[in-house]
Amino acid sequence: MKPILEVKNLACGYQTQPIFTQVDLALYPGQLSGLVGPSGSGKSTLIRAILGLVDPWAGEIWFRGKRLRPGAPPPKVGYVPQVETVDWSFPVTAEEVVMMGRYQQQKLWPWPSRRDRAIARELLSRVGIEHVAHQPIGELSGGQQQRVFLARALVGEPELVLLDEPTSSSDLHVQHELLHLLADLNQQGLTILLSTHDLNSVATHLPWVMCFNHGLICQGQPIDVFTSHTLERTFGGEMVVFHQADRILIASGLTSLRHQLKRNLPPELHQPRSKSL
Amino acid sequence: MDFLLEPFRYEFFSRAVVVGMMAGLLCGVMGVYITTRRMSYIAHGLSHAILGGAVLSYVLGLNFYIGSGIWGFGAALLIQYLTSRKIYSDAAIGIVTTASFALGVAVISTYRKFSQNFEAALFGNVLGIGPTDLWIVTGVTVALLGLIFVFYRPLLFWCFDREVAQVHGVPVFAMDTLFALMLAALLVATLQVLGVTLIISAVVIPASISRLLSDRFGYMMVISGTVGAAIAFVGIYLSYYFDIASGASVVLLSTLVFGIVLSWTRFQRRKKRYISPFHPERPL
Repeated sequence: MKPILEVKNLACGYQTQPIFTQVDLALYPGQLSGLVGPSGSGKSTLIRAILGLVDPWAGEIWFRGKRLRPGAPPPKVGYVPQVETVDWSFPVTAEEVVMMGRYQQQKLWPWPSRRDRAIARELLSRVGIEHVAHQPIGELSGGQQQRVFLARALVGEPELVLLDEPTSSSDLHVQHELLHLLADLNQQGLTILLSTHDLNSVATHLPWVMCFNHGLICQGQPIDVFTSHTLERTFGGEMVVFHQADRILIASGLTSLRHQLKRNLPPELHQPRSKSL
Repeated sequence: MDFLLEPFRYEFFSRAVVVGMMAGLLCGVMGVYITTRRMSYIAHGLSHAILGGAVLSYVLGLNFYIGSGIWGFGAALLIQYLTSRKIYSDAAIGIVTTASFALGVAVISTYRKFSQNFEAALFGNVLGIGPTDLWIVTGVTVALLGLIFVFYRPLLFWCFDREVAQVHGVPVFAMDTLFALMLAALLVATLQVLGVTLIISAVVIPASISRLLSDRFGYMMVISGTVGAAIAFVGIYLSYYFDIASGASVVLLSTLVFGIVLSWTRFQRRKKRYISPFHPERPL
């Protein structure tokens, strides 16, 4: 099978500072993958480079067998940005946000058509939030906002969807629901790549993970990839991996955990108790 | 009735009202883009920068609208360029616009003969608008409203989320340039109504009123344009009877309307929050 997306020998940076160099990776049609790494490791830069938002210093990006021009987004791609970058006070409803994603399907008439509205409604229904279609985007819950952006990414009928830290500011329940939704969409044939630094609640639930820290460290199924050795290389600290049945639990190393506990104790508990006479 | 229609007997007054309303409509509609993109300071600065262009056009014998328009467009592009070169946007606006304004002041102080024009440029002189100005303002209004109609979707996407808009194929750099051009045209066309010091109020206040009344971008544009035109009409009309500068009258009236709408929306919100003591779901 030919990959839908190929990144060859890619290097990116800001100003004169390189963020990563010599990155090679491939995504195959129907793959659901996670790009895992600590904050500041270059995950978002890699996603932005794939989308043409950052000009690479070197290397090539291929989509469906065609080389992309630097700075050009791949055709048929959806993107869900980090929620921190969104202006939540902007006066638009959930439906209007989703319809923005229909821009490339715009015909001669410059305003949204009935068909655009119907498709936006269908997408909102598919992600389970049709009832908030007319609500301002800023009044929705974090999980609903995330689904609106997912619907916008899907409304242009993409072959590949990239999500940048989709679960970073949501609680466990919302994370769980979003992962289920992504798994359902993936079952329907959509190729998905999401970035995350959250190992336990997100990364271990993905069928394929790529460990990334200023370069690709390793990739594979979580059960093979998530070892103390690779996680220490990725996250730069002591990591302990517990396997129970088909589940994986990852904790920061015991030494650092002990240090952390000690740091968080109130000062009086660090002091030796004074002897009372 | 004759008393009320009295000012319209003067041709210059009728022309002032028509031009004022078109300026109010245009500033109101464009103001929604400007305020939601947090560009109010750019609009304020550019209106000052245009003074340099206006004075230079006068000295070089160029048409005011063409000379000032090109100058304003160039200043907007220069701000964009500086912002992309590690300079904070407010600092870039400060550098470009004050330099341009200072150039205007320097030329004026050298050619002392147009001190009255300088005052008109600063505070506006809607009653001094001639038939040519009327046609130019009408042309700019039609052109800008036409551009907004045609580019409504890409401009909305660009305004809300520039980066994702780029991924979806919106030509964002072209949108940056188009908007800079539209902003320069707006400011040049409406400069004579309110002047460089007061023009920002016509851009910001109707848009802020519409923000209080609506959560939808499209409705905001309709409300803001209507409010801007209505305030311009009433403001210029009242300025005739109270014998005050028409620009100041429009600004003061729009501030009053803003205060009323703000109080009314606060009251409405509190009313909605109130739970009756007899409400069945009121917590004990």
